[in-house]
Amino acid sequence: MSADPTQVLAFETDCHLFDGCGFPAPGLHSFLFEPLWGDADGNGLYFNKPMLLALLGSIIIVGFFWAAFARPKIVPGKLQMIAEAGYDFVRRGIVYETIGKKEGEKYVPLAVALFFFIWMMNLWSIIPVAQFPVTSIIAYPMILALIVYITWVALTFKRHGFVGFFKNVTGYDKTLGPVLPLSMTIEFFSNLLVRPFTHAVRLFANMFAGHTLLLLFTIAAWYMLNGIGIAYSGVSFVMVIIMTAFELFIQAVQAYVFVLLTCSYIQGALAEHH
Amino acid sequence: MNSALVFLAAEGEKENPLIPPWPEVVIGLIAFVIVFGFLAKKLLPTINKVLEERREAIEGGIEKAEAAQTEAQSVLEQYKAQLAEARHEAARLRQEAQEQGAALIAEMRAEGQRQREEIVAAGHAQIEADRKAAASALRQDVGKLATDLAGKLVGESLEDHARQSRVIDRFLDELDQKAEAAR
Repeated sequence: MSADPTQVLAFETDCHLFDGCGFPAPGLHSFLFEPLWGDADGNGLYFNKPMLLALLGSIIIVGFFWAAFARPKIVPGKLQMIAEAGYDFVRRGIVYETIGKKEGEKYVPLAVALFFFIWMMNLWSIIPVAQFPVTSIIAYPMILALIVYITWVALTFKRHGFVGFFKNVTGYDKTLGPVLPLSMTIEFFSNLLVRPFTHAVRLFANMFAGHTLLLLFTIAAWYMLNGIGIAYSGVSFVMVIIMTAFELFIQAVQAYVFVLLTCSYIQGALAEHH
Repeated sequence: MNSALVFLAAEGEKENPLIPPWPEVVIGLIAFVIVFGFLAKKLLPTINKVLEERREAIEGGIEKAEAAQTEAQSVLEQYKAQLAEARHEAARLRQEAQEQGAALIAEMRAEGQRQREEIVAAGHAQIEADRKAAASALRQDVGKLATDLAGKLVGESLEDHARQSRVIDRFLDELDQKAEAAR
């Protein structure tokens, strides 16, 4: 009856409605995996499913772009055309739009790598057998946000110097008058401390919630497959399909938002302080 | 549900989804660095070069097309100018031919007129000459006839009127006979 913390598949149980067992609701335990290798308890080395998916995902992205771009042609083939469309979308649609063509060119590789990496990690959510968004483990969004944060801080220092850095992150503006100390304090916390956190958590929470919703309807569809419950099971299954389509959309949007924010932070670092 | 909470409580901080386990952070970093490294160092520079080449190729193509178009335009204008010139020339020639034709006709008409006048004049001269010849011949004949008649009249002596008239009648008869014989 008790939910096994490491149980990740709804079908690992034969529990159905009216069988006298409770609904095995998805929860935090749905995001914990028994290590495939090693031991998680000893804080030692281990290797689990999200790690495998992360590495596999990065190999898929590199493989895709290698196939498309390694021997590029002036008149592109189908694969190259698709990859170019994706590349162009990030380069023109995000980087040039926010940072500008001249300054932005340097950050195109970072933006492209971030976008396709995050998208792939999100996509695992609806890929059969994998069916788990790697970005719903906080470690992955966090390390990406940290990379962006370090880039941003280093860039601001380089561009504005030590005093300029603080003026930049605190939004120093003499015309604010007596409100200035308050505004500077808020800006300082907002930019330097809260921003990397929200940057990571925005992606994490969206994927976490999306996966939980999918799990909820999937498990419900299986659980209610008994007696009168079959009708409800059908509804739940339809919801699974709808939510899968919705997740497909959200996954792309979250990757886009993460990269857009990255570019907007970099743009802020490059901007002259007033 | 309850059991999950119990489990959470038991596991404490370890279950907090916002505390990242470090092995996963390391794997995440490695995974991202793989993607970033390949894209930034190898694949994006390669594709950028090709995109640049393609842009140049397209712009070169556009320039070529523009040059061709300009040339075509100039050739067309040249042709148009030539055509207009040719038309003008043709019109000029036609005009000239018309003028020449008119002159020729006028000349011929003048010539014809002159010839006609010549012929008419010649005819007139001929008629005049014939008339003169006829007149002179007639005069001679009339004179001779008059002399003959006078001689006859004188020769017969003018005895009587009757005789006289007979002589005249005879003369006239002779004349008739002559005319008959001449016919």
